[in-house]
Amino acid sequence: MELDKRILNGDKRACARLITMVENNEKEGIDIVKKIYKHSGNAHVIGITGPPGGGKSTLTDKLAKELRKRGKKVGIIAVDPTSPFSGGSILGDRIRMQDLATDPGVFIRSMGTRGNLGGLSKSTQSAIKILDVYGADYIFVETVGVGQSEVDIVKTVDTVVMIMVPGLGDDIQAIKAGVMEIGDVFAVNKSDLDGADKTALELEMMLDMGFKDDKKPKVLKVSSSKNEGVSTLLDEVISHMDYMVDTDKLQKRREENAKVEILNLVEEEIMQMVLGKTKTGQLLDEISKKTALRKTNPYDGKDIIVKSIKE
Amino acid sequence: MERPIRVLVAKPGLDGHDRGAKVIARALRDAGMEVIYTGLRQTPEQIVATSIQEDVDVVAMSILSGAHNHLFPSVVKLLNKEGIEDILVIGGGVIPEDDIPSLKEAGIAEIFTPGTPTTETIRYIKENVKR
Amino acid sequence: MFDKKKLTKINEDKQKWEETTLNKTLERFPERKDKFTTGSGEEVERLYTPNDIEEIDYNEDLGFPGKYPYTRGVQPTMYRGRLWTMRMYAGFATAEESNKRYKYLVEQGSTGLSVAMDLPTQIGYDSDHPLAQGEVGKVGVAIDSLADMEVLFDEIPLDKVSTSMTINAPASVLLAMYIAVGEKQGVSEEKLRGTIQNDILKEYIARGTYIFPTEPSMRLITDIFEYCSKNVPKWNTISISGYHIREAGSTAAQEVGFTLANGIAYVEAAIEAGLDVDKFAPRLSFFFNAHNDLLEEVSKYRAARRLWAKIMKERFNAKNEKSMRLKFHTQTGGSTLTAQQPDNNIVRVAIQTLAAVMGGTQSLHTNSKDEALALPTEDSVRVALRTQQIVAHESGVTNTIDPLAGSYYVEAKTKEIEDEAMEYINKIDNIGGAPKAIDMGYIQKEIMDAAYKYQKEVETDERIVVGMNKYKVEEETPKGLLKVDPAVGEKKKEQLIKLKQQRDNEIVKQKLSSLKKACEGDENVMPYIIDAVKVYATLGEICGVMREVFGEYEQSVRL
Repeated sequence: MELDKRILNGDKRACARLITMVENNEKEGIDIVKKIYKHSGNAHVIGITGPPGGGKSTLTDKLAKELRKRGKKVGIIAVDPTSPFSGGSILGDRIRMQDLATDPGVFIRSMGTRGNLGGLSKSTQSAIKILDVYGADYIFVETVGVGQSEVDIVKTVDTVVMIMVPGLGDDIQAIKAGVMEIGDVFAVNKSDLDGADKTALELEMMLDMGFKDDKKPKVLKVSSSKNEGVSTLLDEVISHMDYMVDTDKLQKRREENAKVEILNLVEEEIMQMVLGKTKTGQLLDEISKKTALRKTNPYDGKDIIVKSIKE
Repeated sequence: MERPIRVLVAKPGLDGHDRGAKVIARALRDAGMEVIYTGLRQTPEQIVATSIQEDVDVVAMSILSGAHNHLFPSVVKLLNKEGIEDILVIGGGVIPEDDIPSLKEAGIAEIFTPGTPTTETIRYIKENVKR
Repeated sequence: MFDKKKLTKINEDKQKWEETTLNKTLERFPERKDKFTTGSGEEVERLYTPNDIEEIDYNEDLGFPGKYPYTRGVQPTMYRGRLWTMRMYAGFATAEESNKRYKYLVEQGSTGLSVAMDLPTQIGYDSDHPLAQGEVGKVGVAIDSLADMEVLFDEIPLDKVSTSMTINAPASVLLAMYIAVGEKQGVSEEKLRGTIQNDILKEYIARGTYIFPTEPSMRLITDIFEYCSKNVPKWNTISISGYHIREAGSTAAQEVGFTLANGIAYVEAAIEAGLDVDKFAPRLSFFFNAHNDLLEEVSKYRAARRLWAKIMKERFNAKNEKSMRLKFHTQTGGSTLTAQQPDNNIVRVAIQTLAAVMGGTQSLHTNSKDEALALPTEDSVRVALRTQQIVAHESGVTNTIDPLAGSYYVEAKTKEIEDEAMEYINKIDNIGGAPKAIDMGYIQKEIMDAAYKYQKEVETDERIVVGMNKYKVEEETPKGLLKVDPAVGEKKKEQLIKLKQQRDNEIVKQKLSSLKKACEGDENVMPYIIDAVKVYATLGEICGVMREVFGEYEQSVRL
């Protein structure tokens, strides 16, 4: 049977193989994604992000288990950084999700960022679509979780769960600008630690100063290791989806996300035209050299490159 | 772009000595591979399910407790039951020479005993991945 | 320790010596390497002089054996009074076979027993548990219930031997069984002597046989402290272990730093539980590794003793001198053995034995030459034991106490390890204590970094391991290795079925449900566990109840 049909039938191996093909940028794989794309869009895609050590994997594990109790199929994409030096990576998020490995209703995939600067990999978008078509009702995307990268996630998913932990008081101040505008639901994890209430309160106060939609995001306390508050958190995540559907915000958000995805692909293609062993690539090398020697300037250089691309 | 080889580094059984597994995980990463590390106490079922979802090229297992004769072949058997034959399965740990022939017969492609340089394992993987 | 003027003179003379004699030689014959390092990778100077230890105050920093800060040893006469306990870790397959091995070891002059348990036992599973498949009886003896313990110590009088049990997460259950066996032999609790490892933190860090999360695990440990201080006063309630931390690849200083940081966590937990430090601290014991770098290792033990004494006195305000004494067991380094040319391992073990003895150990297990290949045979265990006996009776190092003291190098190194270990302890304090540092994966990552560095050094031949990356030979497959009968698992399963038919299952149920209530509350659980083992509740059943109440630990890995 063809790979696309097998995926539509919920075949795990086919699903896994197609993700690999897309990750490796194989044309055949991308063609299949084109073919199945129309079948995607049914899953609720949830981003899980927050600082390292915040318990993202454990919380994802617990949310997935809760969904399994409710009879839903779950996909999980866990992203870890690729070493810029070797190109290799150690993907260790599954350690926290051991029981889920053999659950027939769960599919977990670990991905390296493979040179992508954000907290996601370039092929995360496609992997989401593949899991969607494979039949996952809910798809979690767990980011790398370092600083700036968080911004990527909001353009990729339907709902962002921002995880915070007590004891990062100063960090909240430092990252609030970036963080506060991307969370749709806020979870203060490790609620048994001292300072959980304080962290929650600080978050509330910051949210009072402003938030992106007309619905103020909820701040919930959870303990992923003790499995407390997880069910409530899941309800809130689902209710965020309901709210978006009711207010027609889902369509808008997915339009935005699609725009970003297309632009990323455009950018990638242009970069490939400009860099590498193309005619434009050679031209760029020459102009760069001249610019460094002050024989020309970056602005004229740009005009030459753009003209070359247009040709 | 050359695609990275994906390897599942797994600790089957109850053995908690993970120095070797962690060292090899790091060495494979530094050799440009994508290593999926799943931690201690993996059952053969978990190892196989993970290999499928992660679509790995290699399953590398480490056991120091002496349970290799039971656990290594179980993994290969389960893989075959799923119809998977293109994953390279290798093992390492405190494994007596006497046990190696029967392990190879059971489908473990190679066994690396204590003192094997990581470079040797890396070379073996690069030369023997099946796809 | 030295006269200031003399030190200045020595320094001047050293400079003169370097400029003239030394440099002349170096010009003609350069040294073998640019940099010389210890087994832990620490740089070593060419020459140590009194100037390197000028800050050491004899009375304050070294003192006398059996006196604070115990740098020179914990007993006033050390091996002139009594040799260390030669304790060989053994146990495999069934209780019957292990019992035979113990009797053999006692006949051969072994003065203490050390029980190795198989992995299912260590992780609280009975032999019929699905996860136990292939593991039963492999790395030690399988203990499912009191019935197995009765066989294990058959004809071994518990008032005569001291028994060490390498058991951690379910330590309270095995101790309860030991108490019950004693009772059946007519030996009361207060006469029992021995040690349980009972060190869960290093299981999270390095050894992996954990069951419950940190909090309930620490509670089980303090429950044992309390119970034993009242009822089993001669029992060493914990063996805080650096051994496995070192095996996982740490440096010598990390071994001391992380182990003592764990020790601090246990003491804090017990104090928090309302125990008096001087009631339980004298029963704390430690367990260290012995690697090949003889002088670094000797310095390590001395540093550990001095540092722990200071911590107990200054940080915990201990008043009882016994609380400040760091007593330790040593095992030679398993990871230093090579599978290549295994006979060479006898030499390594001999060097490591010297290190442990000159470092003042209280008991010692020497590894057998074939342990990089399989479990040791009886013959190779005998050679390992003989190694200790040769060091004890022929080497002469036991004649005087702390024989390397005063060596400029050893004293400088002792100070260096103490300082570096203290730095780690400070870092861990800043994180919020050892349990937190483990949760974050900090300690594990530090160890892994050291392990990976070592591996790279060996692979690039920067570090020579004889027979492995140099002086190699073609070798034949070693013969006559010990094999565990794979049928053991089946046999144990049958025994379990029988046991469950023969015992009073109604009373088992009652005792387990009382235990459950105790776990849910905050009473000491020890008496409930003892009650349950006495009616032949199995280890798996007891741990099962605790798993239900406490949950299970989730590993923290940072690579």
